[in-house]
Amino acid sequence: MRGGFAGDAVRRLRANPAAVLALGAICAVVVATLLGPWLNPNNTETLDWLHVAARPGLQSAHWFGTDRLGRDLYARTLAGTRVSIAIGVVASILSILVGVSYGAVAGYVGGRTDHAMMRIIEILSGLPLIFFVIFLTVIFGRSESLLFISIGAVGWLTMARVVRGQTLSIRQQDYIAAAIASGASSGRIIAKHVVPNVIGPVVVYATLTVPQIILFESFLSFLGLGIQEPGASLGTLISEGVGEMEAAPWMLLVPGSFLAVLLLCLNIFGDGLRDALDVREG
Amino acid sequence: MVPTLSIDELSVSFAHRSSTVEAVDRVSLRIAPAECVGVVGESGSGKTQLFLAVMGLAGNAEVSGSIRFEGRELLGETAAAINRVRGSKLTMIFQDPMTSLTPHLSIGTQLAEVLVCHSGRSWAEARAIAGQMLERVRIPDPRRRLSQYPHELSGGMRQRVMLAMSLLCEPALVIADEPTTALDVTIQAQIIELLRTMRGEAGTSLALISHDLAVVAGLADRILVMYAGRIVENAVAGELFRRPRHPYTAELLKCVPSLSGPRPARLPTLAGQPPQPGDALQACPFAPRCPRAADRCRIERPPLMGASTSQVACHFPLS
Amino acid sequence: MNQPLLQVRDLRVGFGRQAVLRDISFELFSGETVALVGESGSGKSTLARAILSLVQPTQGSVQFMGVDLLRSPGPVLRAQRRNLQIVFQDPLASLNPRMTVGDAIAEPLKIFEPQLNPAERRQRVAAMLERVGLSAGLAGRYPHEFSGGQCQRIAIARAMVLHPKLLICDEAVSSLDVSIQGQIINLLLDLQRDVGMTMLFISHNLAVVRQLSHRVMVMYLGRLVEIASSDSLFIAPVHPYTRALLAAVPQIPPVAAAAPLVEGSFAAGSSVSGCAFRERCPYALPLCASSDPPLTELVGAHWVACHRSHEPLNPLS
Repeated sequence: MRGGFAGDAVRRLRANPAAVLALGAICAVVVATLLGPWLNPNNTETLDWLHVAARPGLQSAHWFGTDRLGRDLYARTLAGTRVSIAIGVVASILSILVGVSYGAVAGYVGGRTDHAMMRIIEILSGLPLIFFVIFLTVIFGRSESLLFISIGAVGWLTMARVVRGQTLSIRQQDYIAAAIASGASSGRIIAKHVVPNVIGPVVVYATLTVPQIILFESFLSFLGLGIQEPGASLGTLISEGVGEMEAAPWMLLVPGSFLAVLLLCLNIFGDGLRDALDVREG
Repeated sequence: MVPTLSIDELSVSFAHRSSTVEAVDRVSLRIAPAECVGVVGESGSGKTQLFLAVMGLAGNAEVSGSIRFEGRELLGETAAAINRVRGSKLTMIFQDPMTSLTPHLSIGTQLAEVLVCHSGRSWAEARAIAGQMLERVRIPDPRRRLSQYPHELSGGMRQRVMLAMSLLCEPALVIADEPTTALDVTIQAQIIELLRTMRGEAGTSLALISHDLAVVAGLADRILVMYAGRIVENAVAGELFRRPRHPYTAELLKCVPSLSGPRPARLPTLAGQPPQPGDALQACPFAPRCPRAADRCRIERPPLMGASTSQVACHFPLS
Repeated sequence: MNQPLLQVRDLRVGFGRQAVLRDISFELFSGETVALVGESGSGKSTLARAILSLVQPTQGSVQFMGVDLLRSPGPVLRAQRRNLQIVFQDPLASLNPRMTVGDAIAEPLKIFEPQLNPAERRQRVAAMLERVGLSAGLAGRYPHEFSGGQCQRIAIARAMVLHPKLLICDEAVSSLDVSIQGQIINLLLDLQRDVGMTMLFISHNLAVVRQLSHRVMVMYLGRLVEIASSDSLFIAPVHPYTRALLAAVPQIPPVAAAAPLVEGSFAAGSSVSGCAFRERCPYALPLCASSDPPLTELVGAHWVACHRSHEPLNPLS
């Protein structure tokens, strides 16, 4: 669909060493989370009473050490990273789908409809996220899918605003007038003319939203509202690690550094993507 | 007599994707004191890039060759040295009056700033001189305009302010890049009339860049025609219109519709389109569109030949 | 006299004296090319958009092929759109950058002739590309891969694919190089001859207008000030603004201005009462300040909105 743009953007991205490195690191982490378990036979739940709170070491059976209950930290960290990435990606997709449709319709239709739709967004933005999640948890009980939904349900708000802003400026373009003059219906114009032209900023924004969502989920899990035992996410691992900071620092450092590297690389890549796409957009 | 501007073998090139692209290809020209030279060309001809390079505004383009202003070489000069000349003795008026003035500073401040920076006068003195200059460019109610902001003025007014700004330090050369293109026809006529009056005073040279031959016809002593980054013809204005020597000039003149004379059933046209920087070119860039093209034109680059006021770059010029 | 294809009556956009369009009334007949001339602020682009219902007028009517476009419900209006098309000034901006040019030209077909299968549609698109002088194989390319002139050809192909009865060209050649302008104008003339289409050609370039129009309408600050056949207008313009406009056009070889050049500009000229042009008009009378001259017919289809139009004013040389 993007024809020549993709080619140009890819070339500019390739010329940006930081972004390329970041992308490489992200891919390495993803591959590790998927293939890692094959390399080490330990699983996330086996309690190894012989090696409780063991130090990490490449010679030992547990490469990253174990936690208080003897569970292998390598396996748990990889599992936790898997969960965090999954949540980040799924929640981003949700917010893109909802946010883009909402924002494009509001921006294109304009008038009172637009006002009403934006007021709804403003009200929802005003709600403190934590209370919202707690509220949902109380009603629906704790479950992973609920976590996905509540995070995604919040992420679409800013996406909708971004898309609405883009739509407002696109609406002034001559090709929209040409489409109207050709007899296209509003639905057709939004689908074929508005949405394909807002994809650029949307992609960039999504790349920068993924780290925010992962951080939010980690925060929730850290507070005990997210993933529950015995499941692991980077947030829960960090939460456990904090408790053992003095005695077994690797329990904090391993998941902590995974999280830090992941967020850093996603942000760098997102910046690089924006630079690569913006030149054309501008 | 030292020419005001003397350009030799000037080339301006840009990095584009993975190669370099030439916007200006070994151009040489002279502008004498008090002379008005029109520079005519379509998009991709390089006329704007040429003069942006003269002003040192070529961005990250690579500029090679020689640019001598009043005898002094500008290429390779320090930024400080160029800034002494730029804006005082060598000034430029740009095409879009909407964006060439700073929106949040008053007209008076912007005009006075030029004088304060270049001639070391006090702000009060500078404002007074600015007011006089606004009168000279026939802006009604000049005192009031000094404290107004650019958005309060129309396009024509802003262009007069730009002209005033460029004349403040009594420049030797004013470069006007499409100064009337963005203006209405009636306003354009006023600005052309104004430029004509200004020329007579103070011996200032004027380089008038335009795609509109008719605008240039009313003002220029001499006209340079550019195509694909090169000068293809250099002639005295009257001669150029009566007896164009380069086939491109002749075809271009035929394409310009006129308000008088017979109406043809079909407009004369020139097939194809003007080459853009980066397009693959034959030895003579006009060969693909030229009704007189021969094999020699595709292999051998025609040099710009002739006396200082009558030059043409063509193997088979019209006589 | 046959029925006019387009009939605009008392069209007004905006309110009071500051209205963008005021009291616009005119007719277009089948097969003719009418030029709409004016400077910035004249409202000519707004008029084009009002005719197409891209802008909502405050009052007036636009009758096209017998249908009142402004009062028709959505589906009826959309159905009429196939006969009424527009080409814009900026060729690159009028094409969706994310759509191939083939898809852009095919879109009107998808909307109005959904019974065509993809192969037939491709055929029609290819034929249209060839007709406007581009190779059919270019259908898969994107707009940014073409030059300004080529983009304008694509925009024309899109506008013409349904064989509309009326084509509005809003400064369609103004942003093109001189050597390309003629190509596009000749293309428009050919297409018009092929299908007997009517054209409303909006432009500020009087020399170009002279080449292709049968009739010319001159606008100033939202009003029509003169309507005449092309020959009459260029040989013997009556309204002082038209004269000033013609005198201001630079020529090769340069001619000395015969009529006095108009001083000032629009910002100064928005008068509160009477004729909108009086503050810049060299022939203004006290009457002009109090009363807005209506558009009246002088001789055979030559209309002028000026109190002094019946006097023999100093002729242009």
